[in-house]
Order: sequence, then structure tokens, then C-alpha cells
Amino acid sequence: MASEVQPKPVKRKPMEWFNLKGKRVGFWGYVVMRLSAIGLVLYLMLHLVILSQLAMGPSAWDGFVAIAKSPAFLALDIVLIIGILAHGLNGIRLSLIGFGVGVPRQKIMLWIGLVLTIVFSIMSALAIFSEVK
Amino acid sequence: MKLNVKMYRYKPGTEPHYDTFPVEVPETGNVLDAIERAWADHDMSIMFRHACHHASCGSCGLLVNDQEKLPCVTPVKDYGEGATLKIDPMRNMPVITDIAVDASVIYQRMQLIGMPIIRNAETLRPDKRTILPEGLETFGRFENCLECGLCLSACPVMATDPQFLGPMALAAAERLLAEPRGVDVEHIYQLVDDEHGVWRCHSSFECTEACPYEVDPGAAIMRLKRKVAGRKIKRLLGG
Repeated sequence: MASEVQPKPVKRKPMEWFNLKGKRVGFWGYVVMRLSAIGLVLYLMLHLVILSQLAMGPSAWDGFVAIAKSPAFLALDIVLIIGILAHGLNGIRLSLIGFGVGVPRQKIMLWIGLVLTIVFSIMSALAIFSEVK
Repeated sequence: MKLNVKMYRYKPGTEPHYDTFPVEVPETGNVLDAIERAWADHDMSIMFRHACHHASCGSCGLLVNDQEKLPCVTPVKDYGEGATLKIDPMRNMPVITDIAVDASVIYQRMQLIGMPIIRNAETLRPDKRTILPEGLETFGRFENCLECGLCLSACPVMATDPQFLGPMALAAAERLLAEPRGVDVEHIYQLVDDEHGVWRCHSSFECTEACPYEVDPGAAIMRLKRKVAGRKIKRLLGG
């Protein structure tokens, strides 16, 4: 009896979420959503760790505030703002199209979200660094 | 027109690799013609699935340069003289050999929905000659679905959730709920209102981009989400 050919099984790879090969604009939104979500979760954890320094007395906290005012740290604030804007604006787009609103214009909505993210991030960067002396 | 076909090769028990075959096809030819030339002129052990050669059977779906295509209707001139066509099997389906996949993934999902829609009109998609009723700008037809599986291949969610119903079956469910024709819709709602159903879709719209017949499964899934959410809200309010 001839043996049955065993197909090569599919490897389920989460990294496929970030594989942009051959993908189109809607997928970029999908990738941006995931990357910004991971970034924001990591930020939230870091934020809680930093806040815990409050329990270690004023000197520990003052030390952190001095670091937080450095230009390198402020640059990280801008990365945070980019993440919040990208995730939030794309989240609004996904909520709308999930309820069937504006589905034929989902690509334009994505572009608008990305343009607003860039514009507001630049405005935020200018506002933050204008305060630096 | 001279081209190179860079073909994914896999035989059970061996490591996958690529073989490149120089081929010559007419300028009016399609990618399937180039694959057939590679088979006929270089290596008759190349295994690939095809039948109708005119986008009617949906059996030849694969990846050309990492994008889901029906090679029987994808012109070679889109890639240009001397181009290399990288040919891979569809994603998210077990590979039997070379670019032939186990397509049962496609049909099992359609069977779950029941495949009740029978085409009885021949207006396949609107063009400039189509006379539409007043107020209707365009239309899409789920009945155009070839069941080629390209949407399942393109969907990033399928890459991680093997139980996901997938764009084709969800679009079929939406079509069925829009016009049940006596079918038990409760069963359909139970199937789609599930963690592996409509809520697993994360709206990348790769299915819509990949569909060779403009069925637009992405939009159908969005309508289905609204329908399922509306039904839940109505039930919560005692309706």
C-alpha cells in the first residue's frame, strides 16, 4: 500500500504580524497598532516602577526629576506622544469601521491618522524643547 | 518575453529551497504560462495546482513576489522584461509539495457556513456599461467568490490562530444573514460571535486587497461586526 504524503505543517509565527513583505497600507496600520500597543504597555510598567520611587523619599524622587528634565529623556517623551497618537487615532478609525462607518474610506482614514500623528508630534516636540534651557 | 521563475521547492523529507528557471513567454502571457514553461522546459517534477486558466476555478492561487495572486490572470508584463518572479505556495496552509497546498482549510470553513448561495444572475461586477438602479453607485457580489483561498493566505490573523474562521467564511456568513432564505441564522450567529469568529478580525484589509474578484470580504466582516454587536445590544436592552 502506498504511504500517504504528509503535508509540511503550517508554522504559526507571531512574527508574521510584523512581516511587511508584499503587504499593503491596511497592514501597516495593523503593524503600527501592535508596535504602539507593546510600547505603551512597556511604558506603563516603567511609569509604575518610577512612581514607586515616591515611596523612597524626596531625595530619590528629586534625583529622578533631574534625569527627567534632560534632553535625552524629553526625546523619549516625544516617542511616547507618537505612540499615544498613533494608537489612539488608529483606534478611533478601527472603532468606526468596526461599526461599519466609513469602511470604503478606511485607507484615507489611516492616512489622516498618520498625518495628524506626525503634525501633533512635531508640535509637541517644539513645545517640549522650547521649555528646555 | 524573457523572465526568471524562482520557484519554491519542497518534497516531503527534504529541506525547502528555491530553484530558478529562465523561461520565455509571449508578452500577452500570464504568470501561470511562465510556471508551465518552467515545468515543460526544465523540470517536470514541479507540482502545482491549476485547471481553468481563466479565473473561474480558483485552484491556482499562490504568491508572486510575496503577494497573493491568481497566476492565470496575472499578466507577466506587470513585472517587466527580464524580471524574476518569486513563486511561493499560499501562506497559512500545509504545503503538500512544491507550491501545491492542502486546500481543505478553504472548503472546511465554507462547509461550516453551509454555502447556501447559488448564483442566478450574471452581472459579475459593475462597469461603465452596467445600468444601476437610481441611488446605487456601485455594488459588490459575494457570489463572485471563487473560493481560491487567497484571502486566507493574506490574512495575518490566520498566521497565528488556526481556528479563525477567516475572511471567506465570515463574508459568506454576512451574505447569508443578509438573505437567509430559510436557513437557521442562530447557528450562523453562534459560529461568528466567537473568539475565533468575527471578533478575531483585526481589520488589516489584506483579504480585500488580495481578492482577485473584488468580493471585498473586509467590508463584509465590518458589516457582520455591526450586525452581531447590534444584536447583542438589542438583547441587553431586552429586545
